[in-house]
Amino acid sequence: MSRASRKLSAEVADSPESGESSKSLWGGHLEGGWSWQAFRSRAAIWWTILRISIEERLVYRGDFALGTLMRFLPIVTQIFLWGAVFSAIEATAGSSQVAGYSYRDFIAYYLLTMLSRAFSSMPGLASGIARSIRDGTVKKYLIQPVDMLGFLLLYRVAHKLVYYLVAAGPFALVFYLCRGFFPGWPDPLTLAAFVASLGMAFLLGFFLEATLGMIGFWFLEVSSLLFVYMLFSYFFSGHMFPIDMLPGILGTIVHALPLQYLAYFPSAVFLGKVTGPALAWGLATQLGWVVFFIVASRRTFHLGVRRYSGFGG
Amino acid sequence: MTVIEIDGLAKSYRVYQKKEGIWPSIKGLFHREYRTVEAVRGIDLRVDRGEFVAFLGPNGAGKTTTLKLLSGVITPTSGTARVLGHVPWQRENAYRRRFALVMGQKNQLWWDLPANESFRLHQQIYRIERRQFERTRDELTSMLGVRELLSQPVRELSLGERMKMELIAALLHSPEVLFLDEPTIGLDVVAQYNVQNFLRHYQQTRQITILLTSHYMKDVAALCRRVVVISLGRIIYDGSLSGIIDRFGGHKVISLQMSNGQPPDVMARYGQVLAAEPPRIKLRVERSMVPQVLSAILAHCAVEDVSVEDPPLEQVIAEMFTHPNGPGGHADEGERPA
Repeated sequence: MSRASRKLSAEVADSPESGESSKSLWGGHLEGGWSWQAFRSRAAIWWTILRISIEERLVYRGDFALGTLMRFLPIVTQIFLWGAVFSAIEATAGSSQVAGYSYRDFIAYYLLTMLSRAFSSMPGLASGIARSIRDGTVKKYLIQPVDMLGFLLLYRVAHKLVYYLVAAGPFALVFYLCRGFFPGWPDPLTLAAFVASLGMAFLLGFFLEATLGMIGFWFLEVSSLLFVYMLFSYFFSGHMFPIDMLPGILGTIVHALPLQYLAYFPSAVFLGKVTGPALAWGLATQLGWVVFFIVASRRTFHLGVRRYSGFGG
Repeated sequence: MTVIEIDGLAKSYRVYQKKEGIWPSIKGLFHREYRTVEAVRGIDLRVDRGEFVAFLGPNGAGKTTTLKLLSGVITPTSGTARVLGHVPWQRENAYRRRFALVMGQKNQLWWDLPANESFRLHQQIYRIERRQFERTRDELTSMLGVRELLSQPVRELSLGERMKMELIAALLHSPEVLFLDEPTIGLDVVAQYNVQNFLRHYQQTRQITILLTSHYMKDVAALCRRVVVISLGRIIYDGSLSGIIDRFGGHKVISLQMSNGQPPDVMARYGQVLAAEPPRIKLRVERSMVPQVLSAILAHCAVEDVSVEDPPLEQVIAEMFTHPNGPGGHADEGERPA
């Protein structure tokens, strides 16, 4: 976990001031300082939030398990779809590669983006924040000594942990069955970079979507905005295809966006398409975007609360 | 000791005015008209420690907005307020640990989990020592008769049981100030009675300061010695509940039982006939005219029984909301300075 995220989670349930009088962007100084006692107290809060969130996620176990397992179905269609596309290209153009990707590369890339998305996708986060602003339930974060973003982050961690618990088996099976598409395990350094990029993809996805959800403080209805975001995210995060296939100015623009760090970048790292200084620069840029959206979400919350009208009774 | 100090507190909203129909909706895409709603228009109020104060007022009067301001949910347009020495909208944790807000059914409980899990979370969030938490929880659940429901998912509780759990969640950290926004809304009479009893007992025992909004006069009559009436964002009365009748009940109701079996047709000349069910009749009479009217009736009619009563409180308050200036002078002149 990055330093930024550690700092944030340290204040999860105890940002002294989340409103106008915040002493820092992160929600203020830490009450009680950094003593062992204070840390234990905070750890107990994180654990309780995490535990209760996990319990809640497990209530509707049937629906959850089915929803999780169904996400693996598109893999089959993607394998067949891209198999057909590559066959057609080979038959007409005589090449077995598209923009430097072979059919095997492509499927390996697709499987890895699926893994990346398992970290970076945040179903219901932005719309949930916007809904809580609209129906007034956001009030509980304003009246209780709890930091909303930190609380939601832990809730999301719980969501992901339960998801991984259920999906670990199917993921392992799919990767085992598709092992022939991969060139092999990367070296430990690349693997470490991949893991770091996945962790940051989670944080980036969380804070980016949280920032979007906070727009609900200004525009009560943000579903269209979120739809547009999802659409852009699907194409320009690299979920649909590797974004280094995009030509010219479009490719340059997409590479400048943070979306690529949600799916494309971790996958490219694993496949060894980003190495050396480019890898270090990529990780640093990803971290930069994480910090940017932590700041943006905090700032948006801070400004949004000031104009909040307490809708919904 | 003054716990709540409010000076010139005001809150206004800009509200989009949408006209009916398709064409105004299309026009609204390009140009919108807004109206400024002054929900609270510069109120001043002092509340001492241990007071149980009712906020009365019609819908949209500014009661809930005031509670939202005092709990730091929203920021005022102008004016100042201090609760327990804190400015509410600064949302300091030191303040948030000392008050609680219960807003109807906007629950703090996790819907799919037993209430006890939400209570555990509150224990951590409010840093309540474990033994104290368990003692408070057990005491509150026993008082409200929901101890055996602690392990039942909240979604499976009745409305009344959920409201009780909400109250417990709000009181676990032993707040010094409690804001209650219509705590008995939607409850049946038994649940209302139980919640009233609990609140009265809790407030008397702990001597906490409570601000309550409610549309149920029974809540107010049972719980609050002091009543603050808000209308159109202004405080129009601040005093005792009975004082409202003295001040705003401009008439009395004379109930008569005639001895000859038939009320005389001439009764209408003594006052407005509210009900006539021979041999009983009810007359509405100006308060100042009651002695003369009563002696005239007794002199000219055969009366078997008579009683003079104040009009029902709900009726007086309804009239007060409709005519906030009241029958006898300026309404801002309450029993005590607002």
